[in-house]
Amino acid sequence: MLLPILEEAAATVHLAHLDDLWFQITGTLCNLACRHCFISCSPHNHTFGFIPRAQVEEALAESVALGVKEYYFTGGEPFLHPDIVPLVCQALRLGPVTILTNATVLRDDWLRELAHAERESLYSLEFRVSLDGYEAERNDAVRGAGTFARTMQGVRRLLEHGFLPVITVAHVEEELSPETLYHCFVEMLRRFGYDRPRVKILPLLRLGAETQRTRGYLPQERVTAEMLADFDLDQLLCRHARVLTDRGVYVCPILLEAADARLGDDLQSGLRSFSLRYSACYTCYLHGTICANASAQRRDL
Amino acid sequence: MLRRIALFGGIYNNYLALEAALRDIRQRGVDGIYCLGDFGAFGPHPDRVFPLIWDYQVECIQGNYDQSLARDLPDCQCGYTDPRDNYFARISYEYTYQHTSPENRRWLGTLPTQRRLLLGRYRVLLCHGSPRKINEFLWESTTSTAFLQWLCATYEADVICATHTGIKWQRNLEAIQTSGRGSPLLGRTMTEACAHSKATTAKLFVNVGVLGRPENDGTPRVWYTILEADPELRVEFVPVEYDYRRLAREMRDEKLPEEFVETILTGWWTTCLEILPAKERKRGKF
Ligand code: SF4
Ligand code: SF4
Repeated sequence: MLLPILEEAAATVHLAHLDDLWFQITGTLCNLACRHCFISCSPHNHTFGFIPRAQVEEALAESVALGVKEYYFTGGEPFLHPDIVPLVCQALRLGPVTILTNATVLRDDWLRELAHAERESLYSLEFRVSLDGYEAERNDAVRGAGTFARTMQGVRRLLEHGFLPVITVAHVEEELSPETLYHCFVEMLRRFGYDRPRVKILPLLRLGAETQRTRGYLPQERVTAEMLADFDLDQLLCRHARVLTDRGVYVCPILLEAADARLGDDLQSGLRSFSLRYSACYTCYLHGTICANASAQRRDL
Repeated sequence: MLRRIALFGGIYNNYLALEAALRDIRQRGVDGIYCLGDFGAFGPHPDRVFPLIWDYQVECIQGNYDQSLARDLPDCQCGYTDPRDNYFARISYEYTYQHTSPENRRWLGTLPTQRRLLLGRYRVLLCHGSPRKINEFLWESTTSTAFLQWLCATYEADVICATHTGIKWQRNLEAIQTSGRGSPLLGRTMTEACAHSKATTAKLFVNVGVLGRPENDGTPRVWYTILEADPELRVEFVPVEYDYRRLAREMRDEKLPEEFVETILTGWWTTCLEILPAKERKRGKF
């Protein structure tokens, strides 16, 4: 359980509009157990479980009336869910879908079906593939032995089925600048045969397993009311997203373990506002909507 | 009463395409011409755009680029991740800023950010990115019909017209089926949909495209839009052929990046590709 660090909230964020509906589809269950995972996913972490298919379908139907713009499927590893393929196909009839995956358990028959669903749909199906080092040793030190090779095999599969995965890199090698990292990944992917590589560098979230690997947030790493006085709250994910889990609706995919982040049983009740009192909000303050795709960036003028 | 109007956005200093489009529009005859913003960027000689806009009495709204220029901001604040994109964005912003007269920059600052008009019986809202944010990207493949319906309801419009992304598209907004196999009505053109149901409450979203650069389809042509209510809504995207070779020559003379020139000549985008969603990206070459 994550406890708030501020007694008084830095700000209360009202949902402007439910643009993005996230599904924590496999909860905290993952076939990997990465050393930096901010919600400490693993094959054994049952804090959050799989969302039953009917519950996802209900939320999808509800989301249309709410005017949801995009859907995101995350976990854990979404492809461990027995219904992930039909659910993504269903969601693709209603709007664009992004799947956040480690790409280590992909199967050709699933990808064939998903590629077909995307072709039939008006909307994009984005794959965001997590990889944290541009060389095997660098990656495997964080994500586990052999994961570099397995993920790259998944990338190869995605390319073969006509997808253009976005390689999503957590900035675990802090001694390298984001620009350098970006370059190294682009180069590696080109050599690999991905001729138009898409790369997204993500800041570290110092929560969950990451607090053991490096450190947690420092006391001065926090947002205050003064800092937010001139800040455009639209930059924050909690301003335009909610996450459905098997245990109800949460404010954002980052604070799943926070004491008060559960906002309601269903979408309607989960739309209420949230008070920023957590260190992790500092990362959003610095970097904006880190979880969104580049095509949906919300930079202010 | 307005029945038939022409719309475009994203001139990006391409005064040659603008001139060709305006001539074509005049020939076809319309009740009004509207520019949805982003006068500068990319091309040569920004100040050559303004006299054309005034001569043809184009009604204009502001784009994000225009807002940056008018506010004397140091860059266009596109905020790309790829350092290469940032590099090119900076070059084109600095060039445009340096070559847009202070009077013209001030004029950009006087433009409204939205306009409302009545086209036949339809309430039309003109904006740059989206009704809620001047620099929001509404791509065809990442904007759900449910969201567009929400925008129409929230902003009390039957038709919303925007630009900003650089690629034209339109969607008829009918009721969505959430269960069963697919939603056969979604994504039809307006004409098809009107033939299908004589609904009087038709709703429509149109991204009117841009005149400044080709839309990543491998041809050098650019696009504007004719919107009609006669009495049913009808959208026509009109391709514009213009002297793009001359534009390319002038860009080279002005020492603008060769990457931009290549886009003008080939029709393929070479920079700022990361903002493209998967579907739009796959249609391009790079
Ligand atoms: S970081 Fe991703 S792949 Fe790694 S354990 Fe967490 S959810 Fe699984
Ligand atoms: S972690 Fe970020 S998205 Fe979540 S509540 Fe804090 S500011 Fe909002």
